Amino acid sequence: MNLTELYGCVTSLSCVVTQFSTGVVIGALLFLVAAGLTLIFGVLKIVNFAHGALYMLGAYLALSAYQLSGSFAIATLVAGIGVALFALTFERFFMRRVYNADVLMQLLVCYAFILILDDAVKLVWGAEFKSMGMPEAFQSAPLFIGGGVVPVYYLFLIGVAAIIAFVLWYVLAKTRTGKIVRAAAHNPSMTSALGINTSLIYMGVFAFGGLLAGLAGALAAPIRSVSSGMGFSILIESFIVTVIGGMGSVGGALVGALLIGLVRSFGSIGFPTFVEGTMFVAMGLILILKPSGLLGKQERRA
Amino acid sequence: MSTPNTSIVSTPEAPAMSKTAALKDVIWALLALAVLVILPLLVPSRLMMDFVIRLAALGVFATSLNILVGYGGMVSFGHAMFFGGGAYAFGLLMQRTGVSIPVAIVGAVAFVAVISLVVGAICVRLKEIYFSFLTLAFQMLLHSLILTMTPLTGGDQGLMGGIPRPVFFGIDLSDIKSLYWFACVLAVVCLFWMRLILQSPFGYTLRMVRDNVDRARFLGIDVWRVKLYAFVLAGCFASIGGVILALFVSGAFPEFAYWTMSGEAIFMIMMGGLNVFAGPVIGAGLLLMFNDVVTRFTELHGLALGIIVLIFALGFKRGIADFIVQFVRNRLR
Repeated sequence: MNLTELYGCVTSLSCVVTQFSTGVVIGALLFLVAAGLTLIFGVLKIVNFAHGALYMLGAYLALSAYQLSGSFAIATLVAGIGVALFALTFERFFMRRVYNADVLMQLLVCYAFILILDDAVKLVWGAEFKSMGMPEAFQSAPLFIGGGVVPVYYLFLIGVAAIIAFVLWYVLAKTRTGKIVRAAAHNPSMTSALGINTSLIYMGVFAFGGLLAGLAGALAAPIRSVSSGMGFSILIESFIVTVIGGMGSVGGALVGALLIGLVRSFGSIGFPTFVEGTMFVAMGLILILKPSGLLGKQERRA
Repeated sequence: MSTPNTSIVSTPEAPAMSKTAALKDVIWALLALAVLVILPLLVPSRLMMDFVIRLAALGVFATSLNILVGYGGMVSFGHAMFFGGGAYAFGLLMQRTGVSIPVAIVGAVAFVAVISLVVGAICVRLKEIYFSFLTLAFQMLLHSLILTMTPLTGGDQGLMGGIPRPVFFGIDLSDIKSLYWFACVLAVVCLFWMRLILQSPFGYTLRMVRDNVDRARFLGIDVWRVKLYAFVLAGCFASIGGVILALFVSGAFPEFAYWTMSGEAIFMIMMGGLNVFAGPVIGAGLLLMFNDVVTRFTELHGLALGIIVLIFALGFKRGIADFIVQFVRNRLR
């Protein structure tokens, strides 16, 4: 514990700016992963424990695409689409078989994929930690805001995440597709009785969750080391985020992700060894006091 | 363990334990002990003894989790907190207070009983995945505490310096053979005890709560209390598993209380089968064997394990013991 240092940071503008931007970046990445996770849970009512592995796959795909093409835009695109396709296959051939089985079977299938992907990645890309390096477009000098250092890439990442969050909200709330997805989440049998192919919706949602995870992996690649274990920690954090925000609530995922991001960045100054503990305390409190989460709707019996 | 109104309980599955069934369990327990006693005479190797001791620890641990998962329908993701908690409590008692081993074991179980009572009182209110996540949260909290309280627990280095193993009742556990006997007897006693509890009226009440909560409530059963009892019992037995492993490795490490440990226990249950009492022990044995064999042949441990898990999950769709039992039953029909 080092609360004096935390106090020192909170009272200095430069430290606040630096830590705040770091926190928001962590939150933005977390949001992309957690949004997919929460969407899949909301619609399919299953917890995709392999979601972290998809994020990892995205980072590795981006790494290779970047090395081959030299363009970060292409790398991001390849990662997003590649992981979406993988998620689609995963859903069609594996997860779909255990939709009606109990949660343990789903857990087991996902666990198997985590193990397989972690090793497959080692096989293809090697076991050592990789780093992508900052793309050229972002290699300009960092901005100084109020004495705090904010890399240009951070702003770009936050911007991209914000755009995705907006698009996600718009599609879900305002479009016909969004309506169908919400209907399928609320009452799948009624939805399919109205002539909508829910199986296709499930596939689409799963692939879209994969797309988000892949994009998150690609966006994380320049600032984090790419390794075969990177999916695990983000998976656990995304669980915390989805529980805090409310399982199935995309808006909740955004709030939860920013919260956790800030706890992580400021906590690493004040109580570095207990950051994880703090996150779990937050999750525990939410589960005890309001299991449906901050923004989750109270469960209604259909 | 007494629960209200258990006399009304009669599930179609089986009647409450009869005398012959109890006798059968005693015979199984004695048989298991006999095999374990003879084994080192037939296969006098250190490797075999190491394996059996680890199996004793993990078998008790996995079976205790199955009280919740298989019999109670409560999928806990945080069961390793009791395993790790037991190991740490035992190790610390031995290192700091100098009590004898049996006293330290009782102390460790009592410590875990208190923790599991508090954690359980909060957790068992929640349903399904929310229960799972809350248990996970508590476990990670304990794990973080272990990492943070370095002066007491040694932080990420674990409980270093070895756990003293003073002689008690003429038993010297620093001798591997004595440790082997001790672990075997402790594990068999625990397993037998769990079996007794699960075959008792309480055990059948627990099954009913799993299968039909509304009916159980209707019969006047306090569901929360039944679940809490099961949670505390499972925690206590898990702590004994932790004690056995702590004795074996002469230490305790944060990984004991990490979520991967809980995950492995779930995996053992699923691999062995959750509808047969011995399933989790079989699963623990399979996983241990598998780990030992695979690490000898390939670096790609996860890849091989993952494929096996997939075969189990999508091919057999159940644990090996469940699969065999069902297969035999179908044949006899």
